[in-house]
Amino acid sequence: MTKEYAFYPGCSSQLRGSASNYLTSVNSMCATLDVKMTPIPDWNCCGASIGYAGSGELARHVMNARNFALAEEHLPGQDVVASCAACWLGAKETKQKLDASSQLMADTNEALKQAGLQYKGNTTVRHMVEVLIEDLGYEKLGAPVVKPLEGVKFAGYVGCQTNRPFGIAGESFENPLYLDKLVETVGGEALTKYEQKVTCCGGALAFSEPEKSQAQIKDIVESAYDQGADMIVTPCPLCQANVEVYQADINKRYGTKFAMPVAYYSQLMAVAYGATPKQAGLDGHVIKPTKLQEIAVKVVPAKK
Amino acid sequence: MGAMNEQALAKYTNNFLREVEERVEEGDWVKMCMQCGVCAGSCPFGPDWEHSPQKIFMMIRAGKRDEVLSSDSMWMCTSCYNCVVRCPRELPITQIMHGLATYAERLGLAPKMNPTRKFSLQFWDNCTRTGRVNELKLVLQVYFRDGFVSGIGKFWDMRATGLKLLLARRMNPFELLFPHRCKDAKGIQAMLKKAYEIEDRRKGFAK
Repeated sequence: MTKEYAFYPGCSSQLRGSASNYLTSVNSMCATLDVKMTPIPDWNCCGASIGYAGSGELARHVMNARNFALAEEHLPGQDVVASCAACWLGAKETKQKLDASSQLMADTNEALKQAGLQYKGNTTVRHMVEVLIEDLGYEKLGAPVVKPLEGVKFAGYVGCQTNRPFGIAGESFENPLYLDKLVETVGGEALTKYEQKVTCCGGALAFSEPEKSQAQIKDIVESAYDQGADMIVTPCPLCQANVEVYQADINKRYGTKFAMPVAYYSQLMAVAYGATPKQAGLDGHVIKPTKLQEIAVKVVPAKK
Repeated sequence: MGAMNEQALAKYTNNFLREVEERVEEGDWVKMCMQCGVCAGSCPFGPDWEHSPQKIFMMIRAGKRDEVLSSDSMWMCTSCYNCVVRCPRELPITQIMHGLATYAERLGLAPKMNPTRKFSLQFWDNCTRTGRVNELKLVLQVYFRDGFVSGIGKFWDMRATGLKLLLARRMNPFELLFPHRCKDAKGIQAMLKKAYEIEDRRKGFAK
């Protein structure tokens, strides 16, 4: 049966956005898995963590609550599912705060009224990965694999905000395993000793404190090389962008020769499910994920 | 200093802890810190902070108001939440750091030249203008914030990367002319105006 969700794709996933290829691959993956993601009509930015100095508290919660109200109105009964780590964190934090305080809820609704909206408090906020692991399960995720990612070694870089402070149920903050399990589910080799899997890439401070952030990213990429990785895989749009895009600067700064591709888990799954390079968003990279590309163009005999 | 700072000084006289508890997001957690230092050791930018969260918490209790609010330490927070999940007392440290930085900004005491302070304000302005982030505009603002010549220099340094992003269709000049936006950007402006008004009232910022 088709599973249906209220989709909160987030700003970076939009057409022409820095993670537009993430959305492309999520769409392809969901089509295979018979998961219907309907975007929340007119959804807005979550404010991200970095907007704090301008937002204060209530305005940030009101931004997230607007999305909840729109989802309740247009997609009743469906869980709000974010694919972006920051969107998920921001929305989930607001959800928790509103559940815990009737005054905050009343204040939020007083503000929402100005936009002709009301939030009733029924929203459940989830991450795309939770839908995959909890609603479908590894077995179902493995079933549609037609091109197992055999022989490709992946350093599973979980990063921060998909992992802390909420994380995926049953996973530890220091050594979450779900990304490695997803890699293995689609036939890849997960480098389980990749010790930088939850290191911070600097997040938004990659813009404002580039030297400090690039020191972090250097560790993240270097360790992937040390482990013998062919590529890094991540669930977070900002991790993906930071770790991929700044390798050229790091090479200049440190004299390294990094050229480590960084892909999304959804791209791995899309390729394993038989998507074309374009459907898997493989054309959206600064460092080409050649191993995935090779598998994606490989012709395999149809499953009997 | 500004009128809002004068008002706060008059209201809380010598009790900075109480001021933080009442006016800073999650500020009522500060007194729960047991000074173990796990947060300081867990922070990715830890070596770059003048004062670690642990020190900030003690300074608040010691009433070191000016030192705390004018510190650039809180602005070093990357929102990685490492300290939060490791804190034995489960203090929401990330949120408190953001809260302190935001409060310092409201009072006009935040370090003006701190790059993350500028980026944070730019980001919020950027995403609330249309309801969605305009990434290209944000990046250009970062490059050109220290002036035109410096901006051109930084732009030139990043030209190879920019071109690759352009080719990968993850950046597009089109976005400056026809940005993504929420249909009800007006409604968003109105609800945010109301939200600021309510928060000012609740926190005693209103005149």
